[in-house]
Amino acid sequence: MSQSETLFGFIGLGGLALVSLVTVAISHDHLMAIHGGMFFAAALLGTVALITYATRRKPISPESLEYNDEVTRAGILIALFWGIVGFAVGDWLAWQLTYPALNFDLPWTNFGRLRPVHTSAVIFGFGGNALIATSFYVVQRTSKARLAGTLAPWFVLLGFNLFCIIAATGYLLGITQSREYAEPEWYADIWLVVVWVTYFIVYMKTLARRAEPHIYVANWYYLAFIVVVAMLHIVNALAVPIALGATKSYGLFSGVQDAMTQWWYGHNAVGFFLTAGFLGMMYYFLPKSVDRPIYSYRLGIIGFWGITFMYLWVGSHHLHYTALPDWVQTLGMTFSIVLLVPSWSAMINGVMTLNGAWDKLRTDPSIRFLLAAVAFYGLSTFEGSFMAIKAVNSLSHYTDWTVGHVHGGALGWLGLITFGTIYTLVPWLWKRPGMYSSRMVAWHFWLGLAGVVIYLTSMWNSGITQALMWRTYDEAGYFDYSFIDSVVAMHPYYFARALGGLLYLLGALIGAYNVWRTIKSGMVETELPKAQPEPVR
Amino acid sequence: MLRKHVILERNSILFVIFLIGVASLGGLFEIVPLFTIDSTVEKVRGMRPYTPLELAGREIYIREGCYACHSQMIRSLRDDVERYGHYSLAAESIYDHPFLWGSKRTGPDLARIGGKYSDAWHVAHLVAPREIVPESVMPGYPFLAERPLRPDQLGLHLAALQRVGVPYSDEMIEFAARDARAQVDEDSGDAEGLLERYGENVNIRNFDGNADRLSEMDALVSYLQMLGTLVDFQDYKAEGPNLR
Repeated sequence: MSQSETLFGFIGLGGLALVSLVTVAISHDHLMAIHGGMFFAAALLGTVALITYATRRKPISPESLEYNDEVTRAGILIALFWGIVGFAVGDWLAWQLTYPALNFDLPWTNFGRLRPVHTSAVIFGFGGNALIATSFYVVQRTSKARLAGTLAPWFVLLGFNLFCIIAATGYLLGITQSREYAEPEWYADIWLVVVWVTYFIVYMKTLARRAEPHIYVANWYYLAFIVVVAMLHIVNALAVPIALGATKSYGLFSGVQDAMTQWWYGHNAVGFFLTAGFLGMMYYFLPKSVDRPIYSYRLGIIGFWGITFMYLWVGSHHLHYTALPDWVQTLGMTFSIVLLVPSWSAMINGVMTLNGAWDKLRTDPSIRFLLAAVAFYGLSTFEGSFMAIKAVNSLSHYTDWTVGHVHGGALGWLGLITFGTIYTLVPWLWKRPGMYSSRMVAWHFWLGLAGVVIYLTSMWNSGITQALMWRTYDEAGYFDYSFIDSVVAMHPYYFARALGGLLYLLGALIGAYNVWRTIKSGMVETELPKAQPEPVR
Repeated sequence: MLRKHVILERNSILFVIFLIGVASLGGLFEIVPLFTIDSTVEKVRGMRPYTPLELAGREIYIREGCYACHSQMIRSLRDDVERYGHYSLAAESIYDHPFLWGSKRTGPDLARIGGKYSDAWHVAHLVAPREIVPESVMPGYPFLAERPLRPDQLGLHLAALQRVGVPYSDEMIEFAARDARAQVDEDSGDAEGLLERYGENVNIRNFDGNADRLSEMDALVSYLQMLGTLVDFQDYKAEGPNLR
């Protein structure tokens, strides 16, 4: 760690401490005082950590070729923690919908406040940490260069988690902008921009050091994830706070324009957080763990630029038949259908990479995760294009079908690809010959898969049942069902969904235990790690 | 063309510039025109900004995450219109920062819930939903009736909204706290001023059934009771290609 970086760290933490103290002093309400206090505590903890780190760590020259994996190791463990929090809260919400008494009718235990805790914990806590951790791992290997900075990558990881904690505690306290997947208030949004710009700089500086002339395809996707998420976040979060000492802010846009901006953000949180980033993961860990090169360079290029171009047009399919002008809806639908081409290019590229290594599915359970994830990616992208068709959407919108669709992507695609990656990566990171128990990996796989399948089938059933009940007329032209009839009809499906979620959570708990035992086992790998995959040509 | 791609693959700065260009197109072509094309939001009579009390209610609606289960957007489809009323117009959410159209109907749409049930029904239903609708899966919100509403900061809220374009006058901002109190008390001298500022279409009454104090329940019920009531659809004719 260079002296200037250490100095910069102390100045930054001092500045954060000062700003947060001033915020507490001028706070209009206890909410801002609590969050100001949390930022202050984070600055103090950061200072203590920095002093310990600066004194204990052996100096390493920035030109060293030794990879820096400490942030990746921490990120993987933190991702597991958030994953379990997110799955547990999600399953709790599922039981609340089955048995509403479980809401307990208290502000911080009710469905409405807990729901963004679930979504943020899974998307940002679990997904985000896994992406930051793996991106730092991948960019070093594919560039044959050490990660830029020593403190900066730590700041990215820990700063991002501070954002997650501020977000989750905020929801419980009632601090929210109500914008789905962008609920945190203005000060948390500003903090995230600081973290994200640092992330971008670390990534670019590492690429600048690369010994390989080409930037490997996984890095294209990680870069798209970093750059486009920054763009989406900044535009969607534009707001005027009511006072500098208050949590509340009002967004710049209203009504139709606000709806379009939010779903431009919302769908591309799916496109660039949950798709591009995880495709980066797939493009490195899938070929690496089966020891085969990527199937097709051309499909890689078509998939990448198709996704980066088309995804940004499809947000309006969340607003079919609403007050949004028809031309935007039609444009969104058209692009959503065409988007299937680049999505499936990426999916086919993933599956075909397994060609010649199919036998590994029998012997290596972690590869099962990766393949099943890619299959769910194909399923979800097909389903998404299908649901974006206006006529289909008139049925599916506002129903549980949408919830099922999201979970096909979240549990099936991003959950399984992340766990598959973790099972591949943990032995490499901690220098172990393999996971502590491959039977546990297999158990996790089947529990997870069963969980997803139960979840999806129950939501397809409930969504379509609900939608049909809402539009069923009797012979005289009156509605056959009142709204509450459709709520009653959901009960068995909600029960099944909660059970499916529980299986998925159980799988993740087994996974976390397995990771812990692997790290604790203390065995040292004797054989050399597998060779780098060739960059695609 | 694919061979040219090598140039991008070898230059990270160029790659990022190209990436930003490609990724910006969607927003430029779909979002920017929404601000410039006049027909995006059709002008209708009757729209006014929320009164301070209604705005406070809207903030509670947001805080408790009601939008996660209730939409406020009636689509131009036969069953939507027949179940919930006239399809929602763009103009009806013109003062909504943020919009609350929602994306899920675990419960029914609320875009036109205003005036459909009595205040007492709303209060009882919010306190204990299953006492009123036994099959409901909605959480209860008994604490709203207990919590006093502190209107002192509402002026700040109105001022921030004025800055982002909602036509609140300086007078409305100045009187925000008094207007909030006046809206639950017909007999107070301030009620007239409230009507002067916001027009005749304002419900002034004690919403939560407890005259002793201004509660969060007052605010939320006042908000629910005005939803979808501002535009007079006797004047406005429903038409459109989607009403099958």
